[in-house]
Amino acid sequence: MANRIPRVQAREQDPLSRAHNFEEVCYGYDAAEATLEASRCLNCKNPRCVAACPVGIDIPGFISEVAAGRFGDAAAVIAKDSSLPAVCGRVCPQETQCEGSCALGIKGESVAIGKLERFVADWSRENGVRTYAASTPENARKVAVIGSGPAGLACAGDLAKMGYRVTIFEALHKPGGVLEYGIPEFRLPKDSVLKSAIEDIRALGVRIETDVVVGRTVTIDSLMEEEGFDAVFVGTGAGLPKFMGIPGENLNGVFSANEFLTRNNLMKAYRKDYLTPIHTGKRVAVVGGGNVAMDAARTALRLGADTTIVYRRTEAELPARAEEVHHARQEGIHFELLTNPVEIIGSPDGKVTAIRCIRMELGTPDESGRRSPVPVAGSEFEMETDTVIMALGTAPNPLISKTTDGLETSRKGALVADENGATTREGIFAGGDAVSGAATVILAMGAGRKAAKSIDEYLKK
Amino acid sequence: MFRIIEKEMLTPAVCRMKVEAPRLARAARPGQFLIVRTDEKGERIPLTISDYDAAAGTVTIVTQAIGASSNDIISLETGESFEDVVGPLGRSSDFVGMTPERLASERFIFIAGGVGTAPVYPQVRWLREHGAAVDVIIGAKTAELLIYKDEMKAVCDNLFICTDDGSEGFHGMVTALLEKLVGEGRDYTRAVAIGPMIMMKFTTMTAKRLGLPVTVSLNTLMVDGTGMCGACRVTVGGKVRFACVEGPEFDGWEVDFDEALRRQRQYAEEEKEAMENHVCKIGRGK
Repeated sequence: MANRIPRVQAREQDPLSRAHNFEEVCYGYDAAEATLEASRCLNCKNPRCVAACPVGIDIPGFISEVAAGRFGDAAAVIAKDSSLPAVCGRVCPQETQCEGSCALGIKGESVAIGKLERFVADWSRENGVRTYAASTPENARKVAVIGSGPAGLACAGDLAKMGYRVTIFEALHKPGGVLEYGIPEFRLPKDSVLKSAIEDIRALGVRIETDVVVGRTVTIDSLMEEEGFDAVFVGTGAGLPKFMGIPGENLNGVFSANEFLTRNNLMKAYRKDYLTPIHTGKRVAVVGGGNVAMDAARTALRLGADTTIVYRRTEAELPARAEEVHHARQEGIHFELLTNPVEIIGSPDGKVTAIRCIRMELGTPDESGRRSPVPVAGSEFEMETDTVIMALGTAPNPLISKTTDGLETSRKGALVADENGATTREGIFAGGDAVSGAATVILAMGAGRKAAKSIDEYLKK
Repeated sequence: MFRIIEKEMLTPAVCRMKVEAPRLARAARPGQFLIVRTDEKGERIPLTISDYDAAAGTVTIVTQAIGASSNDIISLETGESFEDVVGPLGRSSDFVGMTPERLASERFIFIAGGVGTAPVYPQVRWLREHGAAVDVIIGAKTAELLIYKDEMKAVCDNLFICTDDGSEGFHGMVTALLEKLVGEGRDYTRAVAIGPMIMMKFTTMTAKRLGLPVTVSLNTLMVDGTGMCGACRVTVGGKVRFACVEGPEFDGWEVDFDEALRRQRQYAEEEKEAMENHVCKIGRGK
């Protein structure tokens, strides 16, 4: 029986050597490994994995093509629902989505759907297989997409395929959004994987204009009134870093994870030939337990620092992908769980020397259903450190909502949009983290695609 | 794309460039800044906008050679291009929102130090065009480091020069000159200080003692300039603010200058190392 075959483990770079370089951790499957792993799929009549995929990829469909060795056909199946498979295969939280619902996972190990998706995407790229032909604009309608992260890229790609003339406006000097500035090279290689995903979008006829900050360089109104855009999609993500508001947070050596990761990823501070500086010192404490915290910690480790994650709940509540936590532990990251910083302590000249923490215990569940941590009286202690990185989550950037009349926002600053991405102003659509608050690449991509459909319906009216 | 169409050395270490950036030039207002990147491997460097011409589609920047990155800027020649120029960033000066009646009733004194003199120029010009009375103090260590004298003279009511060594104008610091002018009975309603952080700190102390409200333009560290990284955070009135989106101009009386000065040196060790190891490759075919 197919499911007697154990899950094929993807080859990985040795933890001890990868702790000192920025090359990709996981090598992924080769064709033989992918075919073998694909043969484990039961091809369920009622595939729960598809229902658990935010964009509803025909998972058994593409896996059966892989099992038959028809990798190009597998890519075509995925392309019907996803525009960034090489990215999602690497960064999706599969264990809570497709793989978490896999029938094989009930008694044994689920099919490695993420690794198979990645294999198909990488194989297509390496073999020059394009899943869709470049389209020529068949109508003159213009759509502006603001932000070139997962939501914007997905929305722009779909609109271009429908024949619209699409321009993406990106505030930074490189497209990709969080895929470029946030996710490190060792999880998502920029020059091969990301660049080629963006080239695919460009090949559809999408123009990308970098160095344009909408809300400053131009406004949504000027794009619509002066530059003739018929509709606008806002996919500006959640880029505003949060801090704790504890004493000592402005000491030298306290950074937001956004700053630390942007310096390292977008500005390539880890490379000697790039000029942007980055600071770690000997010891780094990263506060938080999500993917961003893992990324920051593993980056600090690779830059040579002894690194500790400080998280106020237990291992079970860590919001990061299971694979990232596992990789972080393998590489030698320390974890101080059920621990929360109360103060950052500095030297007389204002440099971080230690972080004062308090132990926590889990109390009653909060509104999200998670048991909220409460401090244990008298348990305060000091941890010596040279650098503190705050990875506490991010909020949507208010630049657009503040410069565009009629765009309603929630109390937390997120744009208000209905399930189809329509905002409170006609012709303006939004999706991804700008609407939901910080979430995942795949959800942003799904929102971008949904908005593309609504924009098409709106413009056809 | 962002071609340099004019370059001029104002002093041996200070350079003025006019750069093509049409979208930016159309949107720029007094008080805002921009970010440049010389080449793929360069830093994103925030610079105050020294002038803008919407019709010509150009912006003017003034840079002083102080480190590896600013040396790279200065080594670019007319006809060459910046890899990136993005902006305008930050909020425009508060006076941009004042009514004409209000502007006509204000008597501004600008205190400009070093390269900070350049971004003062478009503010003074704007204010004069909108009916406000504007005097300007330009200070420098010595006469040959003074910039923008003629330009400023053409747009302000009274120009006062001071040098630390007395080689031109008033012998002394901008703070002493400000005190002297107010002592002579010049009844300014509002001061604006732009220059090195330490100069803005002391100017603010003097202005506060004189009861004069003062606006300062904070040149903090930044990476993206859009509110994403928080490198620029400063404490103003006891609250943490992001200079890139909530500034760069703040009420000087409320700014924690000692913290701002310390935070500016955050990467001092790394920058020193970069300066020692950096071989400038710009202009050598990259």
